[in-house]
Amino acid sequence: MTQPTTPSATQRGRFGPFGGQYVPEVLMAAVRELERAYDAARADLTFQEELDGLLRDYVGRPSPLYAARRLSEHCGGAQILLKREDLNHTGAHKINNTLGQALLARRMGKRRIIAETGAGQHGVATATACAALGLECVVYMGVEDVRRQALNVYRMRLMGATVIAVESGQRTLKDAINEAMRDWMGSVGRTHYIIGSVMGPHPFPTMVRDFQSVIGRETREQCRERIGRLPEVVTACVGGGSNAAGIFFPFIDDTGVRLIGVEAAGEGLIGVRHAATISRGRPGVLHGMMTIVLQDDDGQTAPVHSVSAGLDYPGVGPEHAWWHTSGRVEYVAATDDEALAAFELLSRMEGIIPALETAHAIAHAVKIAGHLPRSAALVVNLSGRGDKDCVEVARLRGGA
Amino acid sequence: MNPLQAEFARRRDRGERALLPFITAGDPDCDTTIEILTRIPPDSCACVELGIPFSDPIADGPVIQASFARALDSGFRVANLLDALRAAGRSIRVPLVAMVSYSIIHRRGVSPFVEQFAAAGVSGVLAPDLVIEEADDLRTAASNSGLSTIFIAAPTTEPDRLQRIAAASDPFVYLQSVAGITGERTGLPPELPAGVQRLRSAGARAVCIGFGISRPEHVRDVCRMADGAIVGSALIRRLNEAAARGERGPSLALQIEAAVRDLATGLTG
Repeated sequence: MTQPTTPSATQRGRFGPFGGQYVPEVLMAAVRELERAYDAARADLTFQEELDGLLRDYVGRPSPLYAARRLSEHCGGAQILLKREDLNHTGAHKINNTLGQALLARRMGKRRIIAETGAGQHGVATATACAALGLECVVYMGVEDVRRQALNVYRMRLMGATVIAVESGQRTLKDAINEAMRDWMGSVGRTHYIIGSVMGPHPFPTMVRDFQSVIGRETREQCRERIGRLPEVVTACVGGGSNAAGIFFPFIDDTGVRLIGVEAAGEGLIGVRHAATISRGRPGVLHGMMTIVLQDDDGQTAPVHSVSAGLDYPGVGPEHAWWHTSGRVEYVAATDDEALAAFELLSRMEGIIPALETAHAIAHAVKIAGHLPRSAALVVNLSGRGDKDCVEVARLRGGA
Repeated sequence: MNPLQAEFARRRDRGERALLPFITAGDPDCDTTIEILTRIPPDSCACVELGIPFSDPIADGPVIQASFARALDSGFRVANLLDALRAAGRSIRVPLVAMVSYSIIHRRGVSPFVEQFAAAGVSGVLAPDLVIEEADDLRTAASNSGLSTIFIAAPTTEPDRLQRIAAASDPFVYLQSVAGITGERTGLPPELPAGVQRLRSAGARAVCIGFGISRPEHVRDVCRMADGAIVGSALIRRLNEAAARGERGPSLALQIEAAVRDLATGLTG
């Protein structure tokens, strides 16, 4: 069933019943200020030109759409096309959003930036944008992720950011978000919080989706040039959901294009050792938004698990919750083992080491490609490169 | 009029200021919480802010986080608290306001939540992560159950929103003294009296101030300008210290009672 979808956020940033602004009172002035500033920036041609210039000359956009011939042969079905966000400066899609928000912060006169990070990609992208624009940068990161992603911690510090290791809760992404929000509550006058995904209170889900939509716009264009039509399937991994929202959104009205989001099934969907929010969660409130969350009967956030730090999150962007509820996007899940196998397969078949997050989308593409006709085109958003994960994968699989 | 509204009306008539202690429910266990609540002196305390432990309390500092985490680690469940409150009945002599994340309210369902809490003897509800714009469901349900709703005003709250907050908060508005998270602070900000005045001009029935109040002198200073002083982290720090030593039950409750009575000296000083 495909109900009509609302392409843009409605009043107070609602996507159907999801979204909204569930924040402490002290942050209301800030989210309202941000809403006004973003609306003004969006209508301002010079803002858009400056961002486009940075995306071209600094990030290296447009990112290529690469036909993965050996992987397609291996799967024996659809032609697999990789949208190479891993080739962006800093190695992931995150930079599209951090440059946009850092420019906006500068425009708002806020010289101090805070961010949360899980895998470290958003932290690196934020530290990068801040270095490029001369802004102060503080990144919150769970202690467990600091351990898993030591290289990214070093990269952030090298670029002048302060990395604060968060000891509370599960010591991962969720707790880093809590700590960043606490910082923001006390520093809101001079600080902008660059949320790294399509989550949090309005206007963040809409704004981050807009900044990431460059991925989907380019993909449409490149598909038209390459194959003379739109692809049959587009797939992307979903933690908070920013790379997926970025590639899906420009295809939302093309109902002939199947859109598939791939969540982290961890050690499997039976039990609790997973992070498959949409597959296993229910409506709830977390981190400023009404969305689908993993929580217990009392409303306490459930512990989550994924081999990839970037998908290790008990919520999901509210627009994904809506796309799921309305039936426009399919959401599936890939396990840790499937992701690790895909990580190795893409490395061997194409000489491309994907991020462990991205490997979940590769895993699902490999699963379905053989069941699609050879004439079909299957686009995978290759959201990030996997250098950061090599040490952890070597530890898990041996071979270091 | 529920007991909380009656209490504020009585104090308004007599010109009496009040202390509003914050206590974590279920830390270290629900029996101890009830023991503490029965010992809260009703002459100095207008109500207790009963904090419902939440896994992700973004508005709270490390002291209250630690207390919430300990309660959850020891198996806190909302149903157990409701049972304990019903069993305690009239032995708790002060009105109760549940301070509770909207995540917890929403999971139970807004109407069941307010009905169950009202039936357990709770008079009011304050959700620190629910702004007035998102609160229509809660306000309707609370009003149907005779439960008060209390909202927070912050130093950053824009003037157009103060009136809505004041109108929706009965019998008092919770004025957050500083931007930031809960926790003890050394002094009160100089612009606080102006903040109280803005809120009274916006129509607040009563104004109670929280965040950073930890000593009897703070209580005294706050009550020169406002109707009540809310004390959280300073009490919970003692709860943390005692619970860390393995104390629970009456001996711990006596220590909290002593701390409350000490803070209450600021009301007469």
